[in-house]
Amino acid sequence: MTRAALAGVGTALAAAPLGCFVVWRRMAYFGDATAHAAILGVALSLALSLPVFVGAMMIALVMAAAVTLLTGRGYAMDTLLGVMAHSALAFGLVAVSFLSGVRIDLMAYLFGDILSVSRIDLAVIWGGALVVVALVAWRWSALLTATLNPDLARASGIAPQREQLVLTLALAVVVAVAIKVVGVLLITAMLIIPAATARPFARTPEAMAIIATILAMIAAWAGLQASYQFDTPTGPTIVCVVAALFAVSSLFDGVRRAG
Amino acid sequence: MTTPLVRLDGLSVRYGANTVLDHVDFEIEPGEIVTVVGPNGSGKSTLLRAVIGGITPSAGRVTRGAGLRIGYVPQKLVLDSTLPITVGRFLSLPRRASDARTRDALDRAGVPGLQARQMAALSGGQFQRVLLARALLVQPDLLILDEATAGLDQPGAAAFYRRIEEVRSETGCAVLMVSHDLHVVMSASDRVICLNGHICCEGTPQVVAEAPVYRALFGEGTQGTLALYQHHHDHDHESHNHKTPEDAH
Repeated sequence: MTRAALAGVGTALAAAPLGCFVVWRRMAYFGDATAHAAILGVALSLALSLPVFVGAMMIALVMAAAVTLLTGRGYAMDTLLGVMAHSALAFGLVAVSFLSGVRIDLMAYLFGDILSVSRIDLAVIWGGALVVVALVAWRWSALLTATLNPDLARASGIAPQREQLVLTLALAVVVAVAIKVVGVLLITAMLIIPAATARPFARTPEAMAIIATILAMIAAWAGLQASYQFDTPTGPTIVCVVAALFAVSSLFDGVRRAG
Repeated sequence: MTTPLVRLDGLSVRYGANTVLDHVDFEIEPGEIVTVVGPNGSGKSTLLRAVIGGITPSAGRVTRGAGLRIGYVPQKLVLDSTLPITVGRFLSLPRRASDARTRDALDRAGVPGLQARQMAALSGGQFQRVLLARALLVQPDLLILDEATAGLDQPGAAAFYRRIEEVRSETGCAVLMVSHDLHVVMSASDRVICLNGHICCEGTPQVVAEAPVYRALFGEGTQGTLALYQHHHDHDHESHNHKTPEDAH
């Protein structure tokens, strides 16, 4: 139980600050594509007897690189991402079915299985979370400038492509650490919903990232408790709590604007 | 003769099969105000990007003076409404600016005391001046403006360009700008470049305004004068995309 709680809070810590950039840069679908591709990585890891984390992260990176390279070659970004996200998911599911002899619980990777988190998983989750937080904190100003306007960034000596790469890397790490906790289908929710929930309460980007992180951590803990209480799947329950927080925040924002 | 701040030699830029800039030679001296005019799609923004270093030329060379500081005011900056940011924080990106310098830059740009306001709550004119303040923070040798007054009405644009001239005389920086507000801008310029894929003509505002090519591109405001106008020139414009009357506004 403690381990599960720590795993949930660790994932929230990794996902929420990065999620702000996903929201600001309108990359939600990009996050989805990267996450869906990870199921192919899971199949690959099981076939090659690698840790799931390694395979998921590698495929997430390949996916992100492919999308970045293919952008602006004839198809609109959302079409391209739709093609890539769902084909990667489909190929992943087919690949998993080829793995004879290995009995794997597919649901655990699609929706997460936080209660089976091992000590090693926990180390990977917190290690990954700290790497992502460090990366985002280190590049914060450059990332923010590149997010505001690429030309503005270039004029200040910042290469927007490099910052894009930093985000892509961080996203791959988040996907890899979050698989165990919420599963590939719900990772994007942990990225964008806390950030969107924090928006009405923040006056600066930093405040938004901090509020989002706190909300995500609360939701991870509360979701875990609720899933015990009501005997519901943990990953989806955590996302339900985040969604409820978002609804309250939107309501609050609506009332404030009207008043 | 002084060394130019930036110099372009035979610069060509192609996007796929589309040649946006073709053998452009250009330089800008310290303290000079240069305005680039030209129809839509004539490569004005591309030229500015090349000067900033944002694009790789297909041919030719861009030479920037050592340690050149560029202040850039973009055409328009669409701030995603999901990104909360105050004017003060915006001015401190990517490098932290002291309160004193922030105050000074906002004063110079003609919008004192806006630090605590949300960027999303500013009017169009205020927003552009905050962008100007941001560009001034780096104490630029060269200020670059890409149609910085696109969203402003005429008095607003005129006031904005007066401010630019004042900034130039206060700080001695050079100014390179692109604009559609031809009459307003041209009076404020030392030199005007008429661009349409290549440099059609250049010179003092007077010279350019009277040049046949300039008139062919922009007319004198009406379709009638354009139609009557006889085209004499040593090069043709057929290969470029001509859009005329509506751009003259």
